Amino acid sequence: MARKLSLRDALREAMVEEMRRDETVFLMGEEVAEYDGAYKVSKGMLEEFGPKRVIDTPIAELGFAGIGVGAAMNGLRPIVEFMTWNFAVLAFDQIVNNAAKTLSQSAGQFKCPIVFRGPSGSAGQLAQQHSQMFESWLANVPGLKVISCTDPADAKGLLKSAIRDDDPICVMESELLYGYEDEVPEGEYLVPIGVAAVRRYGDDVTLVSFNKMMLPTLKAAEELAKEGISAEVIDLRTIRPLDIDTIVESVKKTNRLVVIDESWPFAGVSAEIAYRIQKYAFDYLDAPVTRINAADTSLGYAPTFVEEYLPNPEKIIRAVKEVLYVVR
Amino acid sequence: MVAEKKKSPVKKNQPAYSKEQYLQWYELMLRIRRFEERALVAYGQQKVRGFCHVYIGQEAVAAGIESALKPGDAIVTAYRQHGTAIGRGVTTQAAMSELFGKATGIVKGKGGSMHFFLAENKYFGGNGIVGAQIPIGTGIALAEKYKGTDNLCVTMFGDGAARQGALYESFNMAMTWKLPVLYIVENNGYAMGTSVARTSNVQELYKIGNAFDMPSEPVDGMNPESVHEAVSRAAEHIRAGKGPYFLEINTYRYKGHSVSDPARYRSKDEVEEYKGKDPVKTTEEKILRLGLATEAEIQEIKDAIKAEIEAAVKFAEESPYPDASELYTDNYTQKDYPFIRD
Repeated sequence: MARKLSLRDALREAMVEEMRRDETVFLMGEEVAEYDGAYKVSKGMLEEFGPKRVIDTPIAELGFAGIGVGAAMNGLRPIVEFMTWNFAVLAFDQIVNNAAKTLSQSAGQFKCPIVFRGPSGSAGQLAQQHSQMFESWLANVPGLKVISCTDPADAKGLLKSAIRDDDPICVMESELLYGYEDEVPEGEYLVPIGVAAVRRYGDDVTLVSFNKMMLPTLKAAEELAKEGISAEVIDLRTIRPLDIDTIVESVKKTNRLVVIDESWPFAGVSAEIAYRIQKYAFDYLDAPVTRINAADTSLGYAPTFVEEYLPNPEKIIRAVKEVLYVVR
Repeated sequence: MVAEKKKSPVKKNQPAYSKEQYLQWYELMLRIRRFEERALVAYGQQKVRGFCHVYIGQEAVAAGIESALKPGDAIVTAYRQHGTAIGRGVTTQAAMSELFGKATGIVKGKGGSMHFFLAENKYFGGNGIVGAQIPIGTGIALAEKYKGTDNLCVTMFGDGAARQGALYESFNMAMTWKLPVLYIVENNGYAMGTSVARTSNVQELYKIGNAFDMPSEPVDGMNPESVHEAVSRAAEHIRAGKGPYFLEINTYRYKGHSVSDPARYRSKDEVEEYKGKDPVKTTEEKILRLGLATEAEIQEIKDAIKAEIEAAVKFAEESPYPDASELYTDNYTQKDYPFIRD
């Protein structure tokens, strides 16, 4: 049986279920308790679990991220919420230099089972400092796993897997899609980390995306279908480790690939996919791998900038027609 | 606030602690000293590579902390950590092998001089990022409180780290949540080549605790008794559920910041003054003066430690380097993690 749930409700269910299941799981972050979460993801959790397990922190990202790392090294399983990943930049020392390296530098003596989560990416006219996507930064770091998924059912199953995982995991959500609803199964289930999902089957071109860019990507696929172009759409769900096999299999069938990625283009997720497809599907490609990224700029405030900056169905459709040599 | 001071039990001509305690301090300090002196020789021979920050001069801090703790307590510190790690129970054999980068090292050749760990004795390691261990130690303490133990976490750092933002964030949360954490700044006077006086208007570091109403006090770090007393007093406060405590333990490193630092920023007179307070030498003199051991017994300890360190070097020399394939282990707990290899 499935019911419709918003992304925020699905994420909350994941945390609540895992906290009921395991006493060592707790949530900490700015406004997560008494305020019910800046985006209401943790609504009602203080009431159920009390202030020992749902902890409001002062505005001190570096400090509370490090407290999470220490608690994880000492036997707990913290979920650290960042109000946005933009603010988590202050905590990158703890994420990159400590969480990611604890297991290696202690040669396996100490694990760091921690989840860092919060919204990533642009969210309207929020200007330069509040519009960044950090998937590529974090996925560059060995020791971390990076999940970026906004489908409510999958986000729930992935967050539950992340909480149970013994490695440090960054979970990238979306401010704009916390209210996005879709079907979520009832009952206990997990979604495996590191496995992409094929959202739509097709033969003419493969579209790969993740997080909220899945929406314009699926929209483009729908529009293309009306013109007789059949697109296969893959949702990465996990950025690190990347499920390249699913993409290679698809490209072997379609012979064309367009990657839609809200990260900046330089050395990003789309660049990594393009490298690996030329390596493992070279003989199958009938056109260069093409990508639609966010603009290689900071994002200014005005609506015209937002429109220009982000991938959208029109840009995706045009890219598909280019790789199909329908337009030049 | 400055914590209320109790009268020191140390009197000049009678032992304040047992013979066993003095000998235990002396033996640990001497072990650390000889270990590091030998490590420096091996460094000169290029058998030890990378960064190597020695603790020579600061041994009384490690000794006095260890004797004041109970099993179950945790320690986390920075990268000048050979002494603390040996105090926690890392053997000189496993430590020397680690410096040599060998598979038999305490972390299998993965950490080197800055990163020893010993989970079974709750040694949470040497951290290489100045001040990063301050929030981590605070989190280790949070986990103890969460689990309902009466354990505490000693979170050690240098005077340089006292200027990092992570300290202020951690002090604030630890006091707000009354966490069982003992913060110890080992003030050796210099953050690499920059003296404490040049880094802040506030030079008495214990005063930083005042902004958080954290009980704080300065401590003489050149003898294990005063360190032991202060740590015991702080631990009692913390175990009573009153929250964190901050000690500024004033000490001195006789060598440069690291092997490559000739320490020209210090005067000869200053170094000589502190050498007169050498904790290994003064503790030895005290043991003899108080008749806690004979010259022959002291010589026996010296000989045993010398033999132990030489055996550690031999063990390290003869041990193999880790197999290159070990590069791919311990990055993830997941055994089949799909590393990118092209």
